[in-house]
Amino acid sequence: MDIVTRGFVGRRSGGDPRIPPGQYLERDFPVLSAGPTPVVRREDWTLRVTGVDGSSGRLSWADLHRLPVEDVRTDIHCVTKWSKLDTSWRGVDVEAVLSAAGVGTEGATHVLAHATGGYTTNLPLADLLGGRAWVATEYEGASLAAEHGGPARLLVPHLYFWKSAKWVSGLELLAQDSPGFWEQLGYHEYGDPWREQRYVGD
Amino acid sequence: MTVAWSSPPLPMPWYPARVEDAWLETRTARTVVLDVPGWPGHHAGQHVDVRLTADDGYTATRTYSVASAPETGRLVLTVQLVTEGEVSPWLVGEAREGDELEVRGPIGGWFRWDESMPEPVLLVAGGSGVVPLMAMVRHRSRVGATQPFHLVYSARTPDHVIYTNELFALARTSPGLRVDRLYTRGGLPDEAREPGRLRPEDLPAVDAFPAPPVVYVCGPSGFVEAAAGILIGKGHDSGAIRTERFGPSS
Repeated sequence: MDIVTRGFVGRRSGGDPRIPPGQYLERDFPVLSAGPTPVVRREDWTLRVTGVDGSSGRLSWADLHRLPVEDVRTDIHCVTKWSKLDTSWRGVDVEAVLSAAGVGTEGATHVLAHATGGYTTNLPLADLLGGRAWVATEYEGASLAAEHGGPARLLVPHLYFWKSAKWVSGLELLAQDSPGFWEQLGYHEYGDPWREQRYVGD
Repeated sequence: MTVAWSSPPLPMPWYPARVEDAWLETRTARTVVLDVPGWPGHHAGQHVDVRLTADDGYTATRTYSVASAPETGRLVLTVQLVTEGEVSPWLVGEAREGDELEVRGPIGGWFRWDESMPEPVLLVAGGSGVVPLMAMVRHRSRVGATQPFHLVYSARTPDHVIYTNELFALARTSPGLRVDRLYTRGGLPDEAREPGRLRPEDLPAVDAFPAPPVVYVCGPSGFVEAAAGILIGKGHDSGAIRTERFGPSS
């Protein structure tokens, strides 16, 4: 460390052990998207799950709501450096979604999440299992707003938030890792906020 | 449709940067020119991480769009003050020639333009959202590209317009560049348009161009949502609209 920025003191709001390195605390909920917000009606919403063997299953909005819901209170971390603490969500565990779709995970190591509008993001399958990932439909006690990914988004709070695909429309099981939208444009393939895996090679 | 990984990439380095010059563009937006030895250049529309280090080693990092046309060794940022922010108050109120900081990048492979893209271009800016779009305008002029460019720039009042003189001059001297300003709170005395937020008649329809344009929209989230909605209503394909939203990031 040989650079010192003259006159810079900083806000020093940090020190909270729940805020990962390089992040700052945000009280609003910024919106970040690569394109226009798609309008998806609940009655049209479907989630398509495809297996590595080409098998596939679909869940409608009604199917999703027949599955047990969980209330999730969690911190979220955006790669653009804001973190929000104690956010409240309601959704269905991804494991329950996969079994309800009737698609086996044999042979799969990764998942490419698909979203309405063409967005994709890749995650290891293991990160979607074990009660660490949800298909979320509510935020802070209300239906998830379209600009935040409503009617349903992926919620994988232990990774940077671009992995929590908004307007989730498909989960494609993969036999090997394959980069999604931002991962092909210079962002990290895994995205662990605690290891500051923001960009390629971090 | 899957894509194979290439060989393991190297992390992007932090480049030491030195403030070469700085000036106010408006009362709350300041341009900061950085001398960055070894900087590889960027694409118009991309952004960089800026890291400030206090004398006890405390650091803060934020992301800013690059305002300048791509070049090596030098970067220009234009930063809008966020009063409650941590980095922008230093850049807007404190930075002066000789000060040292670090930059990392370039970042962002989607919201970018270069002259190899054949389509006409529609740029829609809300407030300081003009910054990455200005990099595109400057780059177009620098390389002598001829793609039609139409910038629609929404600002609160005329004295909130960044790059006002340069845009005026470029619009007069760059064939195929059109610049429309509109004001949300109040305009000049002879303004034909009633002040107010973006309206459908403020944005051109897809058939106003010789071919469907690629559209870049940058600004606060509400502005971007409104603009994107109007554009889709005027025939632009949502896949042709690239957005960059400014959160209350500081």
